Amino acid sequence: MGTLLSLFVFFTDRSGRITSNPLLDQLPSYQSLLYRRKSSVSGPKRRSSSRGRLGSSSSGKWNMSTFTRPFEKQKSQVTEQQPIRELAKPMAEKRRDKTQRLEEAQELTNWRQWRQSSRRYLRRLRDDAQEWLSSMKLWRGDIHLIEGMFGTGILSYFSFLRFLVVLNLIIFLIKFSFVMLPIIIAPYASGNITYNLNDAGVCSVYPSSARRGLVIFHEHITDLLSGGGFLEQTYLFYGYYKVDKIHFTNVTYNLALAYLLSTIAYLFLSLIWIVKRSARGFKRNLVQDEDRFQSFCNKIFAGWDFCITNENAARLKRSSLLYELKTDLEEERIKQKIADRTRKEKCRIYLIRLILNLFVIGVLAACFYTIYVATIFSQEAQMTKIKVNFIVDLIYEYLPSIVITLANFITPLLFSVIINYEDYSPAFEIRFTLMRCVFMRLTSIGVLLFSLWSQITNCEEEPCICGYNHLLYSCWETRVGQEMYKLTIFDFITIVAVTIFVEFPRKLIVKHCDCGLAKWWGQQEFAIPQNVLEIVYGQTICWIGTFYCPMLPAICTIKYFFIFYIKKVSLINNCRPATRPFRASSSNFFFLGVLLIGLALACLPVTVSVAQINCSHACGPFVNFNTSWEVLPTTISQLPSGAQTLLFALSSEAFAVSFFVITWYVFQPGILAFTKHFFLCLAGIVTIFPCFFSSLAMFYVIALAGAHKRVINQLRDQLAMEGRDKRFLIQKLCQAQRLSPVRSPVSKSKPRSPSYHTSFASNFSEGVFLAHSPPDSSTHV
Amino acid sequence: MGTTASQLGKDLLSEYQELTFLTKQEILLAHKRFSELLSKDERNLPNTRVSMERILTLPELKSNPFRERICHVFSTSDQKNGSLSFEDFLDLLSAFSDSATLEIKSHYAFRIFDFDDDGTLDCGDLEKLVNCLTGETDDTRLTTDEMRQLINNILEESDIDKDGTVNLSEFQHVISRSPDFVSSFKIVL
Repeated sequence: MGTLLSLFVFFTDRSGRITSNPLLDQLPSYQSLLYRRKSSVSGPKRRSSSRGRLGSSSSGKWNMSTFTRPFEKQKSQVTEQQPIRELAKPMAEKRRDKTQRLEEAQELTNWRQWRQSSRRYLRRLRDDAQEWLSSMKLWRGDIHLIEGMFGTGILSYFSFLRFLVVLNLIIFLIKFSFVMLPIIIAPYASGNITYNLNDAGVCSVYPSSARRGLVIFHEHITDLLSGGGFLEQTYLFYGYYKVDKIHFTNVTYNLALAYLLSTIAYLFLSLIWIVKRSARGFKRNLVQDEDRFQSFCNKIFAGWDFCITNENAARLKRSSLLYELKTDLEEERIKQKIADRTRKEKCRIYLIRLILNLFVIGVLAACFYTIYVATIFSQEAQMTKIKVNFIVDLIYEYLPSIVITLANFITPLLFSVIINYEDYSPAFEIRFTLMRCVFMRLTSIGVLLFSLWSQITNCEEEPCICGYNHLLYSCWETRVGQEMYKLTIFDFITIVAVTIFVEFPRKLIVKHCDCGLAKWWGQQEFAIPQNVLEIVYGQTICWIGTFYCPMLPAICTIKYFFIFYIKKVSLINNCRPATRPFRASSSNFFFLGVLLIGLALACLPVTVSVAQINCSHACGPFVNFNTSWEVLPTTISQLPSGAQTLLFALSSEAFAVSFFVITWYVFQPGILAFTKHFFLCLAGIVTIFPCFFSSLAMFYVIALAGAHKRVINQLRDQLAMEGRDKRFLIQKLCQAQRLSPVRSPVSKSKPRSPSYHTSFASNFSEGVFLAHSPPDSSTHV
Repeated sequence: MGTTASQLGKDLLSEYQELTFLTKQEILLAHKRFSELLSKDERNLPNTRVSMERILTLPELKSNPFRERICHVFSTSDQKNGSLSFEDFLDLLSAFSDSATLEIKSHYAFRIFDFDDDGTLDCGDLEKLVNCLTGETDDTRLTTDEMRQLINNILEESDIDKDGTVNLSEFQHVISRSPDFVSSFKIVL
């Protein structure tokens, strides 16, 4: 919408009524805008009614001559009118409009009447359906309460949590219905299960890890917490699914294929859902991604959260707004200062930044190495099976998790100290620190998995006979599943423990004790970025772990369910709103962006293990194959040849590209957000699937080109409009110049220009008001 | 028309549903809360207006720095004292509801921020607006320099015709590109 000037430019008279500027209404850009807004009746309607109120003598004539063309158009489109409630008028006037419309509707044909009433009925139906759907939403009351107390920034965190609960539930349902359900119902549906053949080779030895003899109680607890012992040979882990095919009466169900495809399905579903969700809240800002040009207006005009009902929260909101404004103004001054930096200062700053970045990389490398060492130590300790002590055993089991959690606790503090010396602008500081923390969190999982794999594929005599170390890891997928299970449990324990043992005491100390510690520590703030990272970390583990531990999504659903209530209680009792508020819009983008990064990072290990690493021959559904991926080509080769050629065509590049182009048109709004992150994050997978990569690259480029084309068209239209406006104004100017030195003939020329001496004529010279329609009327034919 | 009788008729309810963005539940809840503000004998009179002081006791408006402006904008009373009838109240809730369009919200936001009711936001309006947002006491205000810098920035971002004021169309244009407006301009009972 380039015609800013001509967009409803109104003037008001003394009584405060908003009226219009007749000259600007004549501008060609404005006229074409009116035409484009076919269904909007508010503009001219408002003008006509307000003019009526003014009682201006010429208003009627003004209406008729200048607005004949667009007004007639409006009349003929009276059936496509805006609903009355979208007009900004008091109730009494809306009622009058409604009766007026009903009268007009009587004049319409039967067909039009029916169309109007059916449209109204459908609209009401849709409203009722939406109302019912939104009442079904989980935790609606709780979230409303939080919104009232803390505003929309924290609200977005909790609705993000709700989204993850639902997502995990759906993932679990997918896995359950395609993998577990057939096994369970097979006996009842007269299915014949064929198990994987144990070819009695050395690779397929799977010693049972069930405990024998008298089992002490705390060993049960150890088993529960570590996923070993009695839990190992259950539906929980990959190793239990030894089923190959299930033969029902009519159909054979290939469980191995189902296992693989359900994995791909849930990853894909997560991707689509996240993208859709980010597109919904993000449509407006798509092309203007980083619109920093309006940050002040956004803060002032949209700064106050009208949802706040609590006096305390209002006071804190005010102080946070004040803080934010001062920070922004200061940032502007700092930016000016940065621009004024001398060359010598710049060199010094860059040198410092280089050193500090190297330091950060060193710290990260040290953390990763520690995780690697801890994992190897933990694995060896479990292998040797020397039982020292209940607690020490548990510590050995959980050593990688403990190290990861410690690292993730220390490094953000370190980063926030370092960033002070790097002398960036405040907004960039926050973002950069956050990026570093995200990287740290998510890569630590990758390092853990890498160290696990190095253990698994490390045999005494190279190369490994079975492709993996079958002596230590007869069923390595279950081991990996157990590690993921342990990470999840420990994550949950950490969150609960921190809430109980850190946040509540902190509140008690601050409230009752007046010492220096309380003053320095201060009341707990709900730091949204750190909390979001926590749950994205958990979700990434869930995505990776679901392949090895199919019931992990259910565990994560329950975990997030409890985390919601824990966080809510902690928030209401312990926290005060953050001094540096997190904007609702940018928070949505941040949450889903980090989640996408987590998803991409989760896809990588799953893909590598499916495609590269030899699956174990002692357990699991893929015993008869070399790698898990092989089940797919094997199945395809067993299909009839027609289906085979079809599938090959589907997977070819040409089809992939055209498919993506079509889906781009369908999902247009979300595509740019989707492709940007998707492309950046899937660089790893890209090396494994070359055709996927090229189609994706083409897809990205096509999407980008489309978005740019839209902008180009918009700008071109804008330019043309500006040109027409200029021509029109120049004409008016010439007319005014012609008329102004000759005052008296104005009365003679009255018939030509009927009286437009309206009440706002005082603002303009009289000669400017002429009854000519805009010179270039091609815009609104 | 309009009622503050103890029960809303069905026709009236569906009419309100059509003329506002509120759902049936919300209208009934609004009716209940509005009746609570009235004294017993006022409840049976039709078309009663509730004075501004009583409206401002509602928790949703009590802590709002713009509460008086809101009452003035939505009031259709002839004495311009900010009193609201039930229909004014419904108009208020409708403009602030979840499903209201951006145009409605920005129109009313403009009128709320226009402290001197002259149809444009000039420097005085903007200064009062910022002071409402940050707090009225001396230590919560911006300094004069900061205020000047802020108002200059706002006008630079939103004033297109460079006349030193923000009129309705410029305001609506700025709002249409503001990502937070729709989610923050919301009051739910």
